[in-house]
Order: sequence, then structure tokens, then C-alpha cells
Amino acid sequence: MAWLNKSDTEKNSPRKSLWIKCKKCQSHIFENEWIKHLNVCPNCNFHGNITSGERINLIFDKNTFKELNSNIEPVDSLKFVDLKGSYKDKFEANKKKSGLSEAVITGYGKINGIDVSAAVMDFRYLGGSLGSATGEKILRASNYSYENNIPYIVFSESGGARMQEGILSLMQMAKTCSGISRLNKKNIPYISVLANPTTGGVTASYAMMGDINIAEPFAVIGFAGRRVIEQTISQKLPDDFQTAEYLLEHGFVDAIVNRKDLKNYISNILSFYNR
Amino acid sequence: MSSKSKKNKTDKVKKNQKPGLRKAGNGLSPWEIVKISRHPARPVFQDYLKLIFYNFIALHGDRRFADDPAIAGGFAKIEGNKIIVVGHYKGKNTEENIERNFGMAKPEGYRKALRLMRLAERFNIPVVTIIDTPGAFPGIEAEERGQAESIAKNITEMAKIKVPIVAVVIGEGGSGGALGIGVGDKILMLSRSIYSVISPEGCASILWRDAAYAPDAAKALNLTADALLKLDVIDEIIEEPSKGAHTGINKTAENVKKSIIKNLKLLSNLSVDELLENRYKKYSNMGKFADKKTS
Repeated sequence: MAWLNKSDTEKNSPRKSLWIKCKKCQSHIFENEWIKHLNVCPNCNFHGNITSGERINLIFDKNTFKELNSNIEPVDSLKFVDLKGSYKDKFEANKKKSGLSEAVITGYGKINGIDVSAAVMDFRYLGGSLGSATGEKILRASNYSYENNIPYIVFSESGGARMQEGILSLMQMAKTCSGISRLNKKNIPYISVLANPTTGGVTASYAMMGDINIAEPFAVIGFAGRRVIEQTISQKLPDDFQTAEYLLEHGFVDAIVNRKDLKNYISNILSFYNR
Repeated sequence: MSSKSKKNKTDKVKKNQKPGLRKAGNGLSPWEIVKISRHPARPVFQDYLKLIFYNFIALHGDRRFADDPAIAGGFAKIEGNKIIVVGHYKGKNTEENIERNFGMAKPEGYRKALRLMRLAERFNIPVVTIIDTPGAFPGIEAEERGQAESIAKNITEMAKIKVPIVAVVIGEGGSGGALGIGVGDKILMLSRSIYSVISPEGCASILWRDAAYAPDAAKALNLTADALLKLDVIDEIIEEPSKGAHTGINKTAENVKKSIIKNLKLLSNLSVDELLENRYKKYSNMGKFADKKTS
């Protein structure tokens, strides 16, 4: 049954597709074209997910980003077990799959010559969810800004609080915001960049607290899940509900900026910081 | 769905419910405590307003959009102490609950709460918050007016309010909706109340793909006062009758009062700097993680 084994191996190896299907306009884009456009659809400008590594390369000056606190990793302190198994197994499998040890990479670097501390979330690791280790890293990164008097930038893409850590994940909202609160007191600028998606407890904490909030085009940004709201009001929601464009219209983000322009947009704003 | 698969599913639910229903140290399973915390006769904020607070002067509105009936607050006294009290305001019957939106606040509710906490700062009197909500209201108008921003703002600002804040969970501590008025120097919790990142039903429908597994989710989430004390999320458990506060309202209220007074006294000895430094330390220490470098 050699053919069976073969199909098994094929199934388990990463799919090498030449075409990428855009989630928004459904058009098929040549993979090279997709990557050249920074995972943005050349047809409809939908901004697809980008890894934390790609994001760092895109935003920071070459070879300036130094990662800090990569040693902070999750623990299964509640011994949380659901239908599919334990939280520990889940995050260990995620680590293997994504090569990441948490849903955020933190560190410092230069953006067009300006020193900043940053936290870059990565949706590949447990949906970018906010757990204790995530919160610890994000707080330490804001404290690095606080101690060194340099601006703080967070790039969010997250499904929200990490339920497998129960109440401890909820408390990370307060923990990360206590760091933002200290930056506010010291008048250190904090820029929040919201990518697709930024929802739940992450939106309801540091992601919305930027002195400047910037969203990527068409990013889904909201508090309650779409399904939950539809159930509450028993009607279908408009298509643009909880999008970056909707948030701009309602006054919750300062600007929607294309990924290719993000670096210069951020450094331009920071150039006004007169410390 | 065939009747056979339906039966199998029910069997599976029953089998898997066992751990969720196992008796905890206090003799009740987490799921039983969830049910007590939501009991229709359980005393709510308005009961405590009558029983332990007096000279209450209700204040209204967020000065931006509206007055949210799901959150009430104002000046009050508790055993001679002048305070600002703010809390989720559940109704005592269906009619009241509809009017009060079952204690599910909208952005204007959180903004009113913050306004009152800043007023406490202006008057230099402590804040007591009373938490009892299924969660922040998940509706179009709430999203449109910035539910996430209003909660985020409160959490961030409460970290620097220059007067003592004592938060008391008296029933349901529903996620961000609870935390939006829940950041403080001392977090107290009635022994049959709950505090969770997500409702057990919500968690079960996501991780078990079926809300019927809520008892299992309730156990897994560690949402009881006992569990939260062990996780250093709360500071003190306030005793109530084993079958719930509704079986001994006066006694429970007395316990709540004593605990609030005790903690206000403890906090009144601190300077503003000490208070804020301790509050920052409290929250910066929240959570459990591994530091692979040292271990």
C-alpha cells in the first residue's frame, strides 16, 4: 500500500502552493506576487497575516532589532484540560509548529533611526491569545520604554484573552494596562497598531490605549464576537461592522495605513516627539 | 440528528460532566457555585445599598452620551466612612432587569464609573466598587460607541486613581465587563460568587463545541473564590451561608460591611505614593509563567 503511505506524507508536509487565495476577494494570486506585496492582495488590498519576524523586518532598520525576554514561556498553571486535551500539549504543539515560544516577540530597535521598544504579536501562536507569559513580555517591553525614555509600539493581532489560563488571562489586561498607565504618567508616547484580527480582551486593554491608534486596512477590530452580537440582537450585522474602516468612522483609530507605508508613517509621527 | 446519535451525545455529556460536578473543598462543585452566583433571589447591589450603605446620593451620566442604568453610583457612607460607591445594578425581577439590561453595561456605563472614580479623587475619599455582571453588553450600539475602549480606559486609569479602591465581587464577575470596574488595591469576593475570563457556557461552546459541557468548563476555568485566592487574584473571601447569600441576606451583608471597613482602614494608612506603588506591584505580579533562563 505504498500509495497510501505516500499520500500520508504529503498530507503531513507543509503544502507548497504556487497560488494564494485572497480571503476577501477570493481571487488567486501568484505566491511570489503575494509575498512581494507583503502578504497584501494586489487586487483588493486585503491585508493578510504577517509573521512577527516579517513584521520586524518590515518596520525596523536592518539589523537593529534586539529581542528581549524570549525566555518567558507559558505554564499550564490551572492544568486546563478540554475535549481536545491539555493546554500544555496545545502550547507545546504550537511551539513546534510555529517555532515561537509565545504569541508575542518583544525587544527594541530603530525605526528610521528612532529608538523604540516594541511588542509584536503573532497570530500563529494560539491565535495570538493573551496569556500570562504574553502579558509579562508586553509589560516588560513597556517598562523598557519607561526606563529608557523611548517610545513604545505594540503591533496587535489576537483573538483575545487565552481562556486556558482562566482568570489569569483576564488579569493580563490589567497588568499590561498598568504598564501603559506608567508610560502615560511619564509622558512617553505609545503607538498601537491593530492588524487583522484584534478582538476581545486585547482590544479592551492595551490595543485601544495608544496615544495614536493605527489600523491596517480591513482589519477586524472589536470587543464582542460577531456571532455573540448576532445572537443577542437576533439580526445579521452589516458587512463592514467591526472593521478598521468602521472604527475610523466611529472615532476609535487615528488612521488606516497600508502595510507598505507603516514604517514611514510611524517614524513620521515619532519625529514630532520633542523629549 | 438521529435519535441514536442524540442518545450517545447525552451519554457523553453525562460521563464528562463528572469532574465538573465533583465536590470541592467547600462541599460544592464549581458549577453549583455558578448556579448560586446567578440565583434569582441572590442579593444584588441595590440590596447592599439599603443594608450597609447609607446617605447614598446617586449621580448620573457620563457627560458624553447617556446615563447607563446598568451601572449605578454616587456618594455614600459606610459605617461613618465617606466613599464613592460604583456598581453593576442588576434588577430584582424581569421588569427591572430589562430596564437595567441585566447589569450588562455599555460604554457610557464604564465612562460614568470612571467619572465617579475621578470625583472620588477630587473629594479625596475612597472608592468601593460592587461587581455583579454577566459581562459587558455585546450589542451593536456598545461596539459603535467603543465598548473595548471604555473598558481599556478604565483599567488603565484605575491603575493611577490616587485614592484607595476596594472592589467586591458579590455575584457574577463576568470577564472584561467586571474588570472594567474591578482594578483596585483590595479585591474581595463572596464565597459563592464567581469571577471568570469567559462564562462557562461560552467556554464550553468554544473548547467543547457544546454549551452542555459548561460544568466541565466551570471546573477547568478556576472561577470560584477559593481558586482565585490561591491564584493571588483576590485578597479575601467573604463568608456567606453555604447555600448562598439569599438564605441569609442580613448576615452576608454584615460580613461584606466588615470586610470593606477592615480593608479601607488598612489602605488609609498608606501615602498616595505607597498606594499606587503597591497597586502597580499587585498587577505587575499577576499571572504564572516560566522563565526558562533561570529554571
